[in-house]
Amino acid sequence: MIAEAGLSALWLAAGLALLQLVLMVVALRSGADVRRAMRSIAVVQGVLTLIAFAMLLIVFARSDMSVALVFENSASNKPFIYKVAGAWGNHEGSMLMWVTILAVAGAFVAMLAHRTSERTLVAALGAQAVLALGFYAFLLIASNPFARLWPAPPDGQGLNPLLQDPGLAFHPPTLYLGYVGLSVAFSFAVGALLTGEVDSRLARAMRPWVLGAWILLTLGITAGSYWAYYELGWGGYWFWDPVENASLMPWLAATALLHSTNVLAARGALKAWTMMLAVIAFSMSMVGTFLVRSGILTSVHAFAIDPQRGTFLLALLAIYVGAAFALFAWRGSSLKEGAPFELVSRESGLVVNNLILTVILGVVFVGTLYPLFVEAVSGEKLSVGAPYFNAVAGPLALLLAVLVGVGPLLAWRRQRRPVLHRLQVPALLGATALAITFILWRDMHILPRLGFTVGAYLAAASILPLVGRNPLRAPVATWGMVVAHFGISVALVGMAANAAFSSERLAIAKPGDVLSVGPWLVQLTDVVPTAGKNWTAVEAELRAAKGAQLVTLTPQSRYYPDPPTQTNESSIRTFWNGQLYTVIGNQDASGAWQLRLWWKPFVTLIWAGGALIAIGGALALIGRLWRLAWRRRPSGDAEWRKERYA
Amino acid sequence: MSRAIRFAPLALLVLILAVLVWRLATPADTNVHSALEGKPLPAFNLPAIIPGKPALSSAELATGQPHLVNVFASWCVPCVTEVKVLQTLKDRGVHIEGIAVRDRPDDLADFLARNGDPYERIGSDPQSDVQISLGSSGVPESFVVDGKGVIRYQQIGPIDASDVPMILSKLEQAR
Amino acid sequence: MRRLLLLVALIAAQPLFADSNLPPAYWANRQLPDPREEAQAQALMEQLRCLVCQGQSIADSDAELAGDMRDLVRRRIAAGDKPAAIRAWLIQRYGTWISYKPTAEPAAWPLWLAPLALLLVGAWMARRRIRVGRS
Repeated sequence: MIAEAGLSALWLAAGLALLQLVLMVVALRSGADVRRAMRSIAVVQGVLTLIAFAMLLIVFARSDMSVALVFENSASNKPFIYKVAGAWGNHEGSMLMWVTILAVAGAFVAMLAHRTSERTLVAALGAQAVLALGFYAFLLIASNPFARLWPAPPDGQGLNPLLQDPGLAFHPPTLYLGYVGLSVAFSFAVGALLTGEVDSRLARAMRPWVLGAWILLTLGITAGSYWAYYELGWGGYWFWDPVENASLMPWLAATALLHSTNVLAARGALKAWTMMLAVIAFSMSMVGTFLVRSGILTSVHAFAIDPQRGTFLLALLAIYVGAAFALFAWRGSSLKEGAPFELVSRESGLVVNNLILTVILGVVFVGTLYPLFVEAVSGEKLSVGAPYFNAVAGPLALLLAVLVGVGPLLAWRRQRRPVLHRLQVPALLGATALAITFILWRDMHILPRLGFTVGAYLAAASILPLVGRNPLRAPVATWGMVVAHFGISVALVGMAANAAFSSERLAIAKPGDVLSVGPWLVQLTDVVPTAGKNWTAVEAELRAAKGAQLVTLTPQSRYYPDPPTQTNESSIRTFWNGQLYTVIGNQDASGAWQLRLWWKPFVTLIWAGGALIAIGGALALIGRLWRLAWRRRPSGDAEWRKERYA
Repeated sequence: MSRAIRFAPLALLVLILAVLVWRLATPADTNVHSALEGKPLPAFNLPAIIPGKPALSSAELATGQPHLVNVFASWCVPCVTEVKVLQTLKDRGVHIEGIAVRDRPDDLADFLARNGDPYERIGSDPQSDVQISLGSSGVPESFVVDGKGVIRYQQIGPIDASDVPMILSKLEQAR
Repeated sequence: MRRLLLLVALIAAQPLFADSNLPPAYWANRQLPDPREEAQAQALMEQLRCLVCQGQSIADSDAELAGDMRDLVRRRIAAGDKPAAIRAWLIQRYGTWISYKPTAEPAAWPLWLAPLALLLVGAWMARRRIRVGRS
């Protein structure tokens, strides 16, 4: 019953989306006032998809094996949280999550957006409904999550043990909220291109949505990186794997879009660039989803591979992105830009910022797809991996980081007073860091060396907007910018430290052996069998000592019978100055065990930086929304619609 | 905004879609082929692995006759049925040499006793050294080597009964 | 679904298809005594694709062939071979697919030119947005 209720809700929602499309067309052609109808329908569509998703969660929570999806992805002996998370740990469930977020986002836009003109809002809601329609069709025709199995089997096939982890339960929903959140920006852009109303009002309406999606993407990528680091057992946090790149590309586009929207909101300029970025950002989300699910690129993260479904997704991608680009080509000439910006101004700084971010995005895109292109043309199989991306994106990112220190100091319109003297202290800090790396570590590679230099410089430079004024009276949005930019420097330093100072120790050890890694002495004291709810393992007991500090670590090599898989559970101890990371491997013929030990100084700064970036974004969002609410208070102030910039 | 800029994204999209459609239509071959087809066999000298079976070196593969070099192992499941097909090839006069990858003498002797022994020589490759130097990346694989010691063809995966005519013709061409 | 599970099982987890009966090669999971050589070997191993679990480098892969390749890399580096020579030797055998670092061949030139080209195109498109010169 529950499954059927979910399926019916989904059909109804699809019908409503279709109705929204019709209404939009009618409104745009005849100018009829469909505002109230459009808003109500969008809200009901959102509620219906939420019901459908809730039904799916319920059948998973109850381990209802008569639903095919539950049988294929769950088992009754799983811990409860993973039973529920299993709902989205597969293709159909994650597509249902995707469409739910699309519809709910549309509902919220319908309820909350008030700064755009009604025409544009109607067009945007219509565009959002069109996006949802494709996915409804996909779900209902090709990927029904509620399909039944008859007779119902007694128990399920289990969930991949790699997915039975809190990090991986949290990672997809966060990323999806980000990817699909960008659909709102896409819809606004499409709507505005249709009505011709691309202006600062649009930017101000779009901005909270872009910011929200961007924050979630930042969190999702940071969490994903940390999850891969501790779960996969090789101590790496980013591999430039095609699936990782698929998540990075929307983030890069969204970052550029965020900054471009600011210019459109403040000056009514960069119309074409902002609209194009809004389209590209969601397009990258769709490209990412396609790459991950179609299996056309070799990846260690590949998920729910099915070329047939890949084809459907490609068709949706072609239609949506093609239509948006065609719309841009048709309407682009009507986007009138104003006078050019002064060379030294906030706007110009943001143009350069956008340029570099877009180039990095382009480089990642080319690197990811180039092997396909070469193979199609010449049949040769070449690989593009970390050495390429690090060599190309690294310096670009460092250049960008240097400019990030300068941009916020520039005034809008025209920076009259010189600003470079304000950067003396940060530059000095950077130079000092550089000198120290030369004195103490002559063999360090150039990229980490520059990472330390630019990181030190940016850490100081990012705080400058708050210096020389009362920080407590600065707008919360400015705090947000400062924290986010500071987070970049923290992450940079973490990456540089990891690249320059990580020490690894591989050994074959018997109980009693002592190994050294970095400043630590680690003794393997014992290896014992152990077991959990649905796994058995061998667990090593390691005693690590550094000076007076003594810690114990217990890495495991686990075996899950259902489905049969062996995984490494690394054991990590975090200190203020780094992490001790340990993994146990196989036993060899003489009874000795493979051990991998790492000492990674300051590696946690990488994810701390990512978290800070997200927190900065959250502060900026809160700051803007609060100011909006403040200005809308019933004080009879007729100027409440105007916005000033800090 | 010029026409070029306005239509560039669309043009780019068409190009990208073309590549993606091509890839969906012609799925990637996940096998890694040796790049030594058409090149001389790398020099190697493998010790014998079981008593009574001569060792294998590259010099013995350049004596004027074509040879079929079979990279296999006793722990390789598809090799069990492949050995029978190799036997039929041997009965047709093909010279078959084996490279046993990561194998133990006892296990290999056992394997040959149970499944048949079409090999004239078997070399022991306990650390996949020669397998790697040939550009082979799994078992079983077979190489057609001509009389001058040049690799003419690589078969990835087991040789089925249905592949026999093809292998025979490759060996003919390698004379 | 089974395909998916098998596929995922083949990656970060230990491969459970047929394994040989011999232990890993000596240098597959041991570090070279000279830290400089070990660092060179490690850097090279991270740039070579595992041919069994093709989404990983041989440094990270648990596959036997990856272990044997690690052993080969370490032995060669200890014997004095340069990493570039070892990489070239492997490319001679397996083609450019095995090297995560694109080579200097003409097919790879667009990759290296891409960042410059993108910067120039972007700068040209932005040229009218910024006024350079006195007001």
